[in-house]
Amino acid sequence: MATLNLNGKDVSLPDDPRTTLLDFLHQHLSLFGTKKGCDHGQCGACTVIADGKRINACLVFAFQLEGAEVTTIEGISEGGNLHPLQHAFIERDAFQCGYCTSGQICSAVSLLREINNEDPSAVTYSQSRDGEAAMKEDISERMSGNLCRCGAYPNIVDAITDVIALERQ
Amino acid sequence: MQPFTLHHFNGEKPLSSLPLNKTSRFLAGGTNLIDLMKLQVETPQTLVSLAKWEKANSIIEDDNYYHIGAMVSNSDLAKFAHSQPRLSILAQALLSGATVQLRNRATTAGNLLQRTRCYYFYDTTKACNKREPGTGCSAFGSMNRIHAIFGTSEHCIATHPSDMAVAMIALDAQVNTQRANGNTRQIALRDLYHEPGDTPHIETQLDEDELITHVSIKKKPNGTQYYHKVRDRSSYAFALVSLAAGFKIDDGRVKDLTLAFGGVGTKPWHPHKAIGVLEGAEPTPDVISQAAEAELSSAKTYGSNDFKPELLRRTLTKVLLEIAEHQVKYPGHEGALYDNA
Repeated sequence: MATLNLNGKDVSLPDDPRTTLLDFLHQHLSLFGTKKGCDHGQCGACTVIADGKRINACLVFAFQLEGAEVTTIEGISEGGNLHPLQHAFIERDAFQCGYCTSGQICSAVSLLREINNEDPSAVTYSQSRDGEAAMKEDISERMSGNLCRCGAYPNIVDAITDVIALERQ
Repeated sequence: MQPFTLHHFNGEKPLSSLPLNKTSRFLAGGTNLIDLMKLQVETPQTLVSLAKWEKANSIIEDDNYYHIGAMVSNSDLAKFAHSQPRLSILAQALLSGATVQLRNRATTAGNLLQRTRCYYFYDTTKACNKREPGTGCSAFGSMNRIHAIFGTSEHCIATHPSDMAVAMIALDAQVNTQRANGNTRQIALRDLYHEPGDTPHIETQLDEDELITHVSIKKKPNGTQYYHKVRDRSSYAFALVSLAAGFKIDDGRVKDLTLAFGGVGTKPWHPHKAIGVLEGAEPTPDVISQAAEAELSSAKTYGSNDFKPELLRRTLTKVLLEIAEHQVKYPGHEGALYDNA
């Protein structure tokens, strides 16, 4: 039987191939942490991590991820302990209504990995200066696929900056 | 979403075993096609998923070419191109497009074959000759800020949205395909796309049973390179005008110019008239202006996009002068404009 691995557990894929990963999470698995915002890949509220890479769950059919390892916001914490980014979002007040937050955090978890892997961004190729301002500009660019209608952007960037600094200590 | 029959292509069984016809579509990453299927702009009866086509997921180099598999993600290609100074322009273009989430799913072939983001193409309540041939074009006399000025017709003025394709046009990429009968062919990307004419729904010269297998880019020096994208916000927006440019300065003159325009053409635009003026010339503001005028002689504007010729002229001037200045400062430089800055 075709499966994907969701937060460490194998789950059978839906019969109807039209089912997007996002609808699969909601309608088949009752996992509502991943949010449906625009449903067209424009807002990032549905961001999840598939085989280590962040993707929009609304723009992929579940069957396309057969055999993949998918992590949603429900799988981000470990052993009941919040992920450092979850802590940082609370500390920095990086949300207001909270609707985009699960997508923001999944996105930021991948961002940490991308920076560690030295994956380039449109900002890293065009800047030669160092320092916190440059890092914040880079984070903003890398997070541009996650919209926040409340406008918590500065605090989101601060939260991510904190965790990067923590990792580099 | 309309129901469809699902098939898989893994590169092992022949394409001829699949029901490929007018109502079938290949599904690569899906970031554009799935969106269009939700909106019922695309209603394929058969989908051929390429998710299991692992062989198409690699970049192979030989002495003369980079061969980029059709299923290589935009993120992976950007990272690879970023590591190759002569492909800097491709890395810059890729990273200026979409978001990390989309680039992680979007593929090389899918990016080339993505559909226009014309508002009227997406809105099924509006007339659109590309979506529904013969119904008319709602972009005429309406809001057409994002629309084309080159290659347009009275039937369609929709812009090709890709950034990656603009860089690949500049780099003279070759598209390699395979057909159900087993035949393969290579098409210059500059020849892949059709201008809309009176058949705007026919966008490329690919047949219904023809699959892009890989894209080949010749290994050659491209000098100092700059992909400059002008848009309404600084990230995650399509180009109003974009420009892929690279050249060297040899004895004060432009040498080996690669140049292409985005956001202004019904296909990624190869400005051969401008290139004809610039190649071998001193890159002065006057010469650049003459080059812009030569290319713009065939441009048409449609109201809301009347600003594009002047924006293109100014962008061309800025980019070419900056590259020239960088080449003078760092003779023989190969890579991004911002290297050594």
